Amino acid sequence: MIKRSFIGLTKPLLKYEALDVKTSAPLVIQPSKEVTLLLDKTFDFKDTLLFKIGDTVKTGQKLSYSENSDVYVISSVTGTISSIAPLNADYGKSYTAITIGVSETEEVDEQFSTLAKEPTIDTLKGCLAFIPGNLPAGLFPSTDTSPPIETIVISGVDRDLFITTNQNTVRVDGKAIKQGVQILKQITGIDNIILVSPDYLMQDAGICGAEVRVVDPEYPASLPHLIMRDALGQVVPAGKNCEDLGVSFISAEAVASIGKAFTDGQIPIYKRFNLINKNGNSSLVSARIGTPISDILNAFDITLNEKDRLIIGGPMTGSAVYSEDFPVQPDMDAIMVQDRGDIPFVSDYPCINCGECIRICPANIPINLLVRFLEAGQYEEAADQYDLYSCIECGLCSFVCVSKMPVFHYIKLAKYELGRITTAEATNA
Amino acid sequence: MLNHKKLIVSHAPFWHDGSSITARSYHIMLAAMPAVLFGIFTYGMPALGVVSLSISFAIIWEFLINKITKRTISIGDGNAALIGLLFAMLLPATSPWWMVITGTLVAVVIGKHIYGGIGGNPFNPVLIGFAILMVAWKDYFDFNEALVNYDLGFAMVYPLAAAKHLGTSGIEAFSTTDLLLGQHSGGIGATFGLGLIIGGIYLIIRGFIRWEITVSFLVGVGVTALLFNMSDPSHYASPVFHLLTGYTIIGAFFLATEDSSSPVNFIPMLIYGAGAGIMTVLIRNIGSYVDGVVFAILLMNLINPICDKIRPKALGKVV
Repeated sequence: MIKRSFIGLTKPLLKYEALDVKTSAPLVIQPSKEVTLLLDKTFDFKDTLLFKIGDTVKTGQKLSYSENSDVYVISSVTGTISSIAPLNADYGKSYTAITIGVSETEEVDEQFSTLAKEPTIDTLKGCLAFIPGNLPAGLFPSTDTSPPIETIVISGVDRDLFITTNQNTVRVDGKAIKQGVQILKQITGIDNIILVSPDYLMQDAGICGAEVRVVDPEYPASLPHLIMRDALGQVVPAGKNCEDLGVSFISAEAVASIGKAFTDGQIPIYKRFNLINKNGNSSLVSARIGTPISDILNAFDITLNEKDRLIIGGPMTGSAVYSEDFPVQPDMDAIMVQDRGDIPFVSDYPCINCGECIRICPANIPINLLVRFLEAGQYEEAADQYDLYSCIECGLCSFVCVSKMPVFHYIKLAKYELGRITTAEATNA
Repeated sequence: MLNHKKLIVSHAPFWHDGSSITARSYHIMLAAMPAVLFGIFTYGMPALGVVSLSISFAIIWEFLINKITKRTISIGDGNAALIGLLFAMLLPATSPWWMVITGTLVAVVIGKHIYGGIGGNPFNPVLIGFAILMVAWKDYFDFNEALVNYDLGFAMVYPLAAAKHLGTSGIEAFSTTDLLLGQHSGGIGATFGLGLIIGGIYLIIRGFIRWEITVSFLVGVGVTALLFNMSDPSHYASPVFHLLTGYTIIGAFFLATEDSSSPVNFIPMLIYGAGAGIMTVLIRNIGSYVDGVVFAILLMNLINPICDKIRPKALGKVV
């Protein structure tokens, strides 16, 4: 954990992890018994699913939820479906968890290879939404109200500290990214594709066939809103997202996956991510999507004890999970394990108005005032007067809070609650 | 997906920089130590008595009010002890015991806890306690009277009182070095300018206080005093004299910078500090009180909430 420096006059400096150029090959881990795929739809027993327990699936086979729904997952192994169950996650999100027992022989599904010869946007939407790196939904605005996407920004930087996934992709998969960029240009008709990467990867980024811009190596410069401001010179208005300005963000890994998928005729199934152990050492891992986290911890001899913390994502913006049976997901960039002794706790102390958060906030939010409204549950005032929607969710306010207030948690909760009110009003109107 | 190993789940971020209110309070107390120790060596056992009694009673009052209001006991955060220490530093060494006890009661209860405890106080609790006492028992705060039995080998007249009543001719005995090294009478912890400055710079470097407030306060005092001095050098003392006497230094580093009652944005901090500095000299030179730091800072505490509305535009703010 990075502690406050002795000289507290300056802001704490949180550098992104730079790639270790010598050892950039990830360790490949295979699932031991089964994989779990999370289908992004609430499981309802009344629905007639297009698959059932006992079905055999092949590697790369598409599993759609039902006839009238276009959500699907791509099986990352060959085997038999052993269970289908609902799974609830953060902020009211719920999934259908499909568990597949791995069989000894591997068979590859051939459906995609015929489609891959002629890349079309339907193939991209219909087969590659579950690729490593995750295909952003914002790339295809569905309704007529949202503006068309005019710029695609490929993130060659990683969202959080300790993570090197995208940097590694830029470094070693330049060719695949180049193909991915070509295919994206061809099928979406968007010519303005920008790759953002740290300074030291400029040489590798240059060959990718996209316009290259540099991003500062200091946290939180790689968050989309700050990339928009610093690299593209566009400020996203509070409460809007990048897609509203016609810009879609996609990770370098996803672009490389698109490139590989169409050239090889096979849907990539290996997700790259960083495993951050209890000592804070980060190592690059490659595993099939759906591999349970426990398999990965076992491979690294990490024992998880009672009251330890398991985090999907990095230390600043990740989310803690309650079970080590959680699978590797397409958008998961890191697994972090924290020892029970290293877990900083939040407190119920009030804000003492020290101003640390004000000085570190990259979005200039009056957090000292905002947090008083959030504590009292006055979310609408917070949004109207104290810039709640300007928050870019970097978590630095909680990191520096002298009172150890869960400021970031309050902000997310307020946004979630206000979102629920808006949805309820829209449906009742 | 059931698993019997219970993991801790909480919201991001999963790191904290390790700062805490306790560390903050203790570092401020540590920074005040050179001046406090100097005061104890100068004024002897009575000073030690006042400091000890003040710190203990501030903690006792905090404990009692926690009990009465049925809140968690908050004496561990060191804030009560800090209030006690800073309060004692302002007092003359001869302050009677009942005054110390009443003062800390006012500071902790009226200054801080009736507003909801730490972080809720609109005024600096130390100054609330001190101001109420100063108005109530004026004579005990007249340093000439209070320290009449001391002979420490330097002019025992209170410099600000001399300047007020006699003009610049009354303060020729005080050289800048004497003032810096504490060779003048005053509060227990308020006379040793050099010690306070060293402590204050330590706090600024460690980031426990905001340099903007301190610097603008000192500049405010200096510039206003200079203007007065230029208009009538025989009547108004020099800026250096104003900067090094009374509660100016302790006010700049330890009182004006109190977290809850001071602004956090850059421009408001400058306005707040400079305003308090200007008011200090106005009260000293024109007002009826000998020293203006206490009331000047309290007055600026009052404008802090409005002042803090001057803030940079948030990212993507449309209006």
